Amino acid sequence: MDKAKKEHQLTVSVSPHIKSEETTSRIMWSVNAALLPATVMGAYFFGPRAVFILAIAIIAAVLSEYIFQKSLNRKISVNDGSAFLTGLLLGMNLPPSVPFYIPIVGSFAAIVITKQLFGGLGFNVFNPALIGRAFLLISFPKLMTIWKEPTAAFIQFDAKTTATPLGILKEEGVAKLMEMFGDNITLYTQLFTGHRAGSIGETSSIALLIGAAFLLYRGYISWHIPVSFLGTAALMAWIFGTKGALFTGDPIVHLLSGGMLLGAFFMATDYVTCPSVRKGQILFGIGCGFLTMLIRLKGGYPEGVMFAILIMNCFSPIIDRGFRTKVFGAKKEIKESKK
Amino acid sequence: MPLATFKGGIHPPDKKELSKGRAISNTKPPKRVVIPLAQHIGAPCKLSVIVGQEVKKGEVIGTPEGFVSAPVHSSISGKVIAIGEFPNAMGRMVMSVVIENDGKEEWTSLKDNPDYMKLPPEELRAKVKDAGIVGMGGAAFPAHVKLSPPKEKAVDVVILNGAECEPYLTADYRLMIERPQDVVEGLKVLMKILGVNKGFIGIENNKPDAVEAMKKAASGESNIQVCPLEVKYPQGAEKMLIKAAVDREVPARGLPMDVGVVVHNIGTATAIYEAARYGKPLIERVVTVTGEGIKEPKNLMVKIGTLVSDLIEECGGFKSEAAKVVSGGPMMGFALYSLDVPVTKGTSGILVLPEEGVVHAEDFGPCIRCGRCIDICPMGLMPSMLSVLSEKGFYEETKEYNLFDCFECGSCTYVCPSKRPIVQLVRLAKSLVKP
Repeated sequence: MDKAKKEHQLTVSVSPHIKSEETTSRIMWSVNAALLPATVMGAYFFGPRAVFILAIAIIAAVLSEYIFQKSLNRKISVNDGSAFLTGLLLGMNLPPSVPFYIPIVGSFAAIVITKQLFGGLGFNVFNPALIGRAFLLISFPKLMTIWKEPTAAFIQFDAKTTATPLGILKEEGVAKLMEMFGDNITLYTQLFTGHRAGSIGETSSIALLIGAAFLLYRGYISWHIPVSFLGTAALMAWIFGTKGALFTGDPIVHLLSGGMLLGAFFMATDYVTCPSVRKGQILFGIGCGFLTMLIRLKGGYPEGVMFAILIMNCFSPIIDRGFRTKVFGAKKEIKESKK
Repeated sequence: MPLATFKGGIHPPDKKELSKGRAISNTKPPKRVVIPLAQHIGAPCKLSVIVGQEVKKGEVIGTPEGFVSAPVHSSISGKVIAIGEFPNAMGRMVMSVVIENDGKEEWTSLKDNPDYMKLPPEELRAKVKDAGIVGMGGAAFPAHVKLSPPKEKAVDVVILNGAECEPYLTADYRLMIERPQDVVEGLKVLMKILGVNKGFIGIENNKPDAVEAMKKAASGESNIQVCPLEVKYPQGAEKMLIKAAVDREVPARGLPMDVGVVVHNIGTATAIYEAARYGKPLIERVVTVTGEGIKEPKNLMVKIGTLVSDLIEECGGFKSEAAKVVSGGPMMGFALYSLDVPVTKGTSGILVLPEEGVVHAEDFGPCIRCGRCIDICPMGLMPSMLSVLSEKGFYEETKEYNLFDCFECGSCTYVCPSKRPIVQLVRLAKSLVKP
């Protein structure tokens, strides 16, 4: 037996001795992969400029994280895919016409200010990509609200400037929207495929849904936030969507336009900034849906997803406290003490 | 119909195929055994032999002190060659008796009493106590204590735990396949001692042949029911098993007795049968020696006190990739730092794991609040919060998150994508605050 002992230095560690194959970086890269269809559609509709913006956003995000961690002598964690994801999401949330320094400024705000200064992955209060976008919207309000018509021709550089469907809905009403798109069916189809003005990665509903289905199937996100988010938004759109008349609004237009799907499936579900208790996630989703529609219908901006999620991010810790899980056997304890 | 189960839990690969086909075989008689005087939860035994003394198989070498304690017997016949502190599987030094085998296999006294079922409950309980039987699933809680419920706790159900939900282990499975009748007899003794007429045998459904064997063995007993359970870890945890088998919820921080249930392990039941019928003390048990790092996985009948190194040898030795040896299952077992530690009454398996898959403690990342641990915690806790609070030194605050309800099953640590040592952080907090 001595021989075996000399040959083997036994590893001693604490239980459990087996672990699942799931890792943080596998999850992050999977979410990146789930965004691929929407990214491709964004490139298809908005051309090479969109691709450059996405690439710059990603590179700036990864570099910001690398330089920050390097200069503070921290463990470099850019391989985990989370900085890449932040950059990609930020890029997807930008209009395709912004100058190339915009994604750099945004990624810096997202990674350095929102994520790293709060302690890095796991400690940020707000969704980094959304803070990056909010920072840009407030700092460069003009540049961030110029929208291009989708060209669907990869080489065409100068697309016409136009308004987003939500912008039209806000400024000119539903009649104008119908006039532009023709009829309901055309409108829905265009919104579904993504042939409309908007941020690079938000327009193609079908592409976003494919990615979301992948994440749901793999269990990387659960239904709680998207369903409560979209359900609440749809309900509010139906009830209050038409000015002056209740219960006549069009929920489909609202669900398929703006950043609703991108936000509900990919941004509100960010692990770090949403509640971790499932029941709490439903309340979080309802809050997101409610605030989105409140801003869209009554606020100064045509789109409300970004601010809705950021506001709800503040409530995540307190929601988790309020929805603390019940300990196994706790019910009985209460009953007995009542006796 | 969906199988009975509990809320939460995980599905680690069960790896039972490595050893499930191996019938229980006897080990070579060990040259010497090291028998610790504290193998159970509760007071250690008082030494009752001296160095140089000849002992027989089954002779008492340690007498219990206090009610929560169990006697210790010699597992071989031979001579006491040393008494002193030796390391146990957890790395603690415990008073132990070293006995050298004389090869005579002489028993103290072993009498077959086929009419054991006619004995009054007190006498059967005394036999269990004298045989030094403890919970053989790992916890090693003295069995007779569970069989002496206080008057105000009316026990009406006995459940045998055949879940064996820890991956790799097949000791209880082999007993159910090879000795189903003994298991049933053991259950009947337990029911008689406790005066109950409802017996359940809970078995995870990844062992359909064991379910069949037990059903067949219990077919003549109208008050014994075999329940197949969903395959899910930790299905064999006492509270989860009770929930699944009889749908009763043990109150938080309470005992099974609070809901009228006593749970015993399959191995314990067979030991109880042997004690009741033959007066045989607990001197040997089935140990699964398995894992990807061992040459020939086996289910062995092992004398208590046999060194782990002997078992490794018995199974052909290590493969070159062997890196970690665990006493018990992979979820709740202890990693051994030395192979010169003895098998005790609670040792259900010796697991040899390869280097691949060994996660080193320093590699863990921050909590990303994904909520996986909250979803699967069988106790309904929030392991993520416990781990973060403990990591940052907020030990008192962990109590608000029900620190002491955690029974350290390790499910949270298994699923954590950041590979955080959640259970260890929980243990740290438990050791630093008062309940």
